Amino acid sequence: MKALAARRHDRRAPIVLLLLALLLTGGLYAVLAPTSADAAPAAASADDVTAGEKLFQANCATCHGPSAAGTESAPSLIGVGAAAVDFQVGTGRMPMQMNGPQAQVKPVQFDDEQIGQLAAFVASLGAGPAIPTADQVDPAKGDPANGMALFRTNCAMCHNAVGAGGALSRGKFAPNLWETTPTHLYEAMLTGPQSMPVFGDTNLNSEEKRDIIAFIDQQGNASPGGLDLGSLGPVSEGLWAWVVGMGLLIGAAVWIGAKSS
Amino acid sequence: MSTHDNSHDLEVLDGNTSLDRFEDPGHPEHKPRRGDLDPKANKKAERQVLFLFAISVLGTIGFVVAYFALPPGDNPESMRTSNLALGGALAFALLGIGTGAIHWAKALMNDHEKSEERHLQASDAETREAAVQALQDGTDDSGISRRGALKGAVVTAVALFPLTIALPLIGNIGEDWNVSKLKHTMWKKGTRLARDPSGRAIKASDVTIGSVFHVIPEDLEEAEHPLDEKAKAVVLLVRLDPRDIKSEQGEGWSYDGIIAFSKICTHVGCPVALYEQQTHHLLCPCHQSTFDVADGARVVFGPAKRPLPQLPITVDDEGYLIAQSDFHEPVGPSFWEREK
Amino acid sequence: MSTTTAPTTSTPTPLGRAAAGTADYLDQRTGLGVVVKNFARKIFPDHWSFLLGEIALFSFVTILISGVFLTMFFVPSMGETHYTGPWDSLRGVEMSEAFSSTLRLSFEVRGGLLMRQIHHWAALIFMAAIVTHMMRVFFTGAFRKPRELNWVVGFTLLILGLAAGFSGYSLPDDVLSGNGLRITDGVIKAIPIIGSYMSYFVFGGEFPGQDLIPRLFTVHVLLVPALILALIGLHLLFVVLHKHTQYPGSGRSNKNVVGFPLFPIYVAKAGGYFFTVFGVIALMAATMSINPVWNYGPYDPSPVSAGAQPDWYMLFLEGSLRLMPGGAEFVTWGGYTVSLNIIIPAMIVPGILFTLLAIYPFVEAAVTGDKREHHVLDRPRNRPFRTSFGVALLVAFFILVLAGSNDLIATHFHLSINDITWAFRVLFFVGPWLAFVITKRICLGLQRKDRELVLHGHETGRIVRFASGEYIEVHKPLDAHERWLRVQHDNIRPIEIEPAEDSRGVRRKGYQLDRLRQRLSQVFYEDRVEPVTPAELAAAHSHGEHDEIASESHEPAQVGGGHHLVEPEGETTTDGRNTQV
Repeated sequence: MKALAARRHDRRAPIVLLLLALLLTGGLYAVLAPTSADAAPAAASADDVTAGEKLFQANCATCHGPSAAGTESAPSLIGVGAAAVDFQVGTGRMPMQMNGPQAQVKPVQFDDEQIGQLAAFVASLGAGPAIPTADQVDPAKGDPANGMALFRTNCAMCHNAVGAGGALSRGKFAPNLWETTPTHLYEAMLTGPQSMPVFGDTNLNSEEKRDIIAFIDQQGNASPGGLDLGSLGPVSEGLWAWVVGMGLLIGAAVWIGAKSS
Repeated sequence: MSTHDNSHDLEVLDGNTSLDRFEDPGHPEHKPRRGDLDPKANKKAERQVLFLFAISVLGTIGFVVAYFALPPGDNPESMRTSNLALGGALAFALLGIGTGAIHWAKALMNDHEKSEERHLQASDAETREAAVQALQDGTDDSGISRRGALKGAVVTAVALFPLTIALPLIGNIGEDWNVSKLKHTMWKKGTRLARDPSGRAIKASDVTIGSVFHVIPEDLEEAEHPLDEKAKAVVLLVRLDPRDIKSEQGEGWSYDGIIAFSKICTHVGCPVALYEQQTHHLLCPCHQSTFDVADGARVVFGPAKRPLPQLPITVDDEGYLIAQSDFHEPVGPSFWEREK
Repeated sequence: MSTTTAPTTSTPTPLGRAAAGTADYLDQRTGLGVVVKNFARKIFPDHWSFLLGEIALFSFVTILISGVFLTMFFVPSMGETHYTGPWDSLRGVEMSEAFSSTLRLSFEVRGGLLMRQIHHWAALIFMAAIVTHMMRVFFTGAFRKPRELNWVVGFTLLILGLAAGFSGYSLPDDVLSGNGLRITDGVIKAIPIIGSYMSYFVFGGEFPGQDLIPRLFTVHVLLVPALILALIGLHLLFVVLHKHTQYPGSGRSNKNVVGFPLFPIYVAKAGGYFFTVFGVIALMAATMSINPVWNYGPYDPSPVSAGAQPDWYMLFLEGSLRLMPGGAEFVTWGGYTVSLNIIIPAMIVPGILFTLLAIYPFVEAAVTGDKREHHVLDRPRNRPFRTSFGVALLVAFFILVLAGSNDLIATHFHLSINDITWAFRVLFFVGPWLAFVITKRICLGLQRKDRELVLHGHETGRIVRFASGEYIEVHKPLDAHERWLRVQHDNIRPIEIEPAEDSRGVRRKGYQLDRLRQRLSQVFYEDRVEPVTPAELAAAHSHGEHDEIASESHEPAQVGGGHHLVEPEGETTTDGRNTQV
């Protein structure tokens, strides 16, 4: 004890204490903080619907109307289904920051349980697409070759050939898909959020959606040729050719032309 | 024949004839390099050059080793490793030689500047005279100046003979030259609309509001040249609420809000594939031509002029969507005789 | 003929003997001695900006070497096959032989992907180097007599480079380059009268047809490289014939070349630079992925990817097409369609820009009235019109390039693509004009600064206070070499022409053309800053009352003048010689 007391007045003591405090706080946060949704939640109960309605009135009714029938600012949610809610709220797009053509991805506002409750409430308003099962979104079960063929025809024109994202008109855009979870990918296809068309099961059936998920799962990783430069195509390649290539070569030329000391 | 006196061509001349100009002070003094003054620095530079060439040799050895030890494999990671190893070793092999040679030139080779005289580009007067005389003599010998008919004959014959090469080349190069094919596609009355690329036929009930289908004729694979036909026949199918449709290109061409347009942009032919569900605009990614599906696909932005041609559709007795006929105008980019 | 430099007392080495023997053998059969005598020690001037053309040359050699490798494995056929290689996402997919062989080359041939990437990066650098080199030649006036023909050769090489690149990246027959070909077909069809026939000519019938890839292969591997090689040979022959230009400096005149001998200095430096260029390209190919065709998929007329652009050097065309508003297409009286909305951006605008570039040397020569040879380069500031014109042209091209990337700008900077397009529509006209005005002012300003420097010397920061209480800043005059650099340039004034009527009052033929030339010459040279003359320098030195200081003080004559700053504007008076006739 005497040794400890002696070290209490060490110059480095405050630093050590600070580090310990940070570690403790971080550790507690990691253990206790809510995680984002990944697998489908358990079946909704009547309690969930009630809780969901309360959350809805508090957070969504301002724009979507107290009965979710829609207002001038936002569309009706009757019939959009649990999948739409799980997607929009689960990716942080809803509650929307401000009215506009593009709902931006933001930090998620609710935890998994709350999202489930909101989804249950909206699902209770009218029949709509359900949240997919874990099996339906498992990339390992999909065929990436078929997925690529489907993606190329149906998705690449907005999201880019490998899902890096692309521009739409008037400031809207189709986002990058590499960080999106398989469940959210499925739900987006199923419900057609904002500008995205609806790819219902009569258009792309469940297996086809899973094939697409399997294809996307493989993207965003190492390219055989090296750094992928954002997978944005010839414009970024041209930019780097000038910056790196001509930069290095003109630098070498200056070196050659300079008088040696 | 010269109209320009070039004897002063190399001199500096300017408008300041009334004022004098500064004189060229001549070469600046040569500044020696450290290596020229200090033998130890010289030796050091030489060692550096040797080192650089040695790097190159190591690079080559590394390349050979990587070639045998790191095959591309069957997954992106092993391919990337192989590419990086081979390319990196090659880069060292090359840059070692490059930097070694350059450093040698800069640090060790004699660096005293030298001067070489320039001469006027034109040949001197005597040579020019002789040249003109030679041409004159040759012309006289040939007698061509007296024989006008010969001159005309040789020019005619030489000018005409390339026809023998040009004609078969150009004649055959355009296949059958039947440009009227550009005006028709393989869509006919009764052709079922099918999903691209699988070819499965589409029922009207499959198409929900807000969805988009990429469509090919059901019998595409049976065509003689499927890709050529596909390049004209691809179609985009969307469903709108019938109350939202402001105009169509023909009476009764849509079916209960299901409406079909050619996918080939009327600007320069890219697939107009981006469907923005909420604005019901079709955006072409190549040059941003934008078409309003609810208003007869008229152009609302961008370099296209004409709306996308609409495919008249209806439903057969099994509920599958079929074409009523071919498009009523040529699809795709404009060309001179498009409306003839 | 001995080429050894061994002292006469020692016996020649075996290598020396072999070299001597070979030289003798060749000389007896070719007269090689003359060539070696004239060229081995030929002098070339030394400046880093003279190496830009070498980047183009050496990257072209790199392209040739890697290209030969690629031709051993690439199959230029549009015949259909099914993929059986290691890339999962394309297993079993139907594709052309061209695409399939590209995949095999990339994934199964050792070093194949490296060679493909070297080839493509080298092509991008080839075009970048040509543009940079051309800019250097333009801004230093190296295209003046006797090098006008070489400028035309170089310009043709630029166009051929575009053709080579475009035909090359279209060979793998993937969705991205295939859509580029589709756009090309659309542009060809827009040509009046013969457009649809030209389309059939190129594609061997309807698009896409079966003939395109094999034809592009021949163009890319045989026709264009042969022309490029021939023109490069001519280009270099001209450099040898004319000798290289040199930057102004002490001891460098229009009548000499100052530099270093070809052998050994430039053999080492240029040879070394070849390995450096190749090495940098190899480094890029080792670490950065380029043209990953496996991501785009085999060409099909239906799919398209967001971010559909050609390689950077074609972006000006892409931007031009994107900016043009659509209304300009019309149907003539006979029912024929004229697509001005394609003809203008794809043919007329690039046509104008490139023509301006190609004919500039001839316009400048006509307007300067200068028929002398020029071997000393201009400092860009001393030719304000030329420099500003060049910058304006570059800005025009650059705006088109940015317009061609407008969707990437939209996604990266969170802007509306429609707003960006409108902004560039305006900027395309306003930008070059603004760039011209600003650059001209900068050039004139720099020239005034040079005059200032010559007349008054460097500011030393030393302040001297006289007994009378006056403060001056001491200036250090320029030494002869520094001064020469700033006063050596030609002072070009607008040309004078003969009067409209001769002595008998008869109007002279050709007067109108001369008048046009004179007007143009005024546009070029009216605004100018003239170089300092010795008389002006002497006048500046006697400006102040400080001559006494120079003779009285112990320090060398460092004449002040700081507080007597001569207004720069006062030194650019126009003389009265160019009054209107």
